[in-house]
Amino acid sequence: MNWGVFLEESPTGDGPYWKLALDGAKWTVLVSLGGWAIALLVGSLIGILRTVPNKLLVWLGDAYVELFRNIPLLVQLFLWFFVLPEVLPEAVGRWLKQDLPYPELTTAIIGLGLFTAARVAVQVSAGIKSLPRGQAAAGLALGFTRTEVYLKILLPQAFRIIIPPLTSEFMSIFKNSSVALGIGLTELVFQMRQMVEYSSVVIETIAVYTLIYIALALIVNRFMAWLERAVRIPGLIAGGGK
Amino acid sequence: MSMPLIDWELVVANKGLIVEGLLFSLKLTLIASVIGMIGGALLAMARLSSIKPLSFLASSYVNLFRSVPLLLVLFWFFFLLPFFGIRLEVGNIAIVTFSVFEAAYFCEIIRAGIQSISRGQVSAASALGLTYGQTMSLIVLPQAFRNMLPVLVTQVVILFQDTSLTSVIGVYDFFHAAEVVGKNNGALPPMIMFIAMIYFGICFSISMAARTLLKRYAVLR
Repeated sequence: MNWGVFLEESPTGDGPYWKLALDGAKWTVLVSLGGWAIALLVGSLIGILRTVPNKLLVWLGDAYVELFRNIPLLVQLFLWFFVLPEVLPEAVGRWLKQDLPYPELTTAIIGLGLFTAARVAVQVSAGIKSLPRGQAAAGLALGFTRTEVYLKILLPQAFRIIIPPLTSEFMSIFKNSSVALGIGLTELVFQMRQMVEYSSVVIETIAVYTLIYIALALIVNRFMAWLERAVRIPGLIAGGGK
Repeated sequence: MSMPLIDWELVVANKGLIVEGLLFSLKLTLIASVIGMIGGALLAMARLSSIKPLSFLASSYVNLFRSVPLLLVLFWFFFLLPFFGIRLEVGNIAIVTFSVFEAAYFCEIIRAGIQSISRGQVSAASALGLTYGQTMSLIVLPQAFRNMLPVLVTQVVILFQDTSLTSVIGVYDFFHAAEVVGKNNGALPPMIMFIAMIYFGICFSISMAARTLLKRYAVLR
């Protein structure tokens, strides 16, 4: 076993191999957290759209979900990265290709975020639909506007109910962020491939990178379990959780 | 806009290469689904078994594969098989990887399906004198299968989409075919638009067909 290989200088000019791993972890975490922020925001909006009493808005919400769920993530990233600049007006396209700061990172965050938003939307609408219909009706009868009904009655309960499936989505986004290597982001899997190819130390490299992913999954899982306990509604089974 | 959104002439001129890629993606989906489901069923039974070491091994397997990205697992096999002296063509490495990886996901679907059947049914079966094998094959599994069908279909659709990732180890799949044709002709964007459309068409149709079918076969409660 040659664990010392992580202290050796890599031929990529980015310092020793351990620094490559750290760099990869940095991009993986950045893309995942950035993408998750977009996914939560857009996913909640789309999820709400799918539950309002307006056929057109429901159709729009459904269309978003079907579109983003039925095209592979890698293809979606290619669409944002290579196709979008070509179909937009020339000036905008040129800006995207030349002046967009951190192009791979920005594209990956937006692409992964919008992709995951479709999955979050499904959970959000399921959470809202699982609440008794009487709750919205009672809110409206009390003189709340529909916006207030959503903000004060439905969403606070729905979000607590869907924490377990959201946990799975949050863990998935860390795994899915690896697909961004397809557009050249130097995240963890990208760095692992580089290290194996340059150092030819196979087992040790694979073991360490695998452990990093397991550690990330564990951290996310523990954080969400803590969140679930912290926001539970007393007296409800759904608010429980071990 | 300098390029057409989809360049049909280019698609037709390269239809042989594109169909070859698509056929590999479909083949990979089919083989990995079948092996994955068989492996998943065995893992699920091991997880639910009362033999502690067996259920521990099965759950470790599932937890390991579910906490790492498919791309990482693809590179495990890509680098490890030659390291241990096993030389496989990249397409076959992809088949091995997907079968091993998907088994973990199918295991959880099948386990949830089996656990969705009420215990009373198993007790009733043994009260009637049915053996364990009969209880499983005649009572539990047929109902469990109907309960898990929607999730199984979704997983197969995801599997088909994930076959695009095999291009990173150089497999000539549908995605890679489009990439090669696009780059060789300086027309990557229209080729990406084209395969996005086909992927969507295939995945959306399967989901829709499954949904219609399910309305007919769902277990009534």
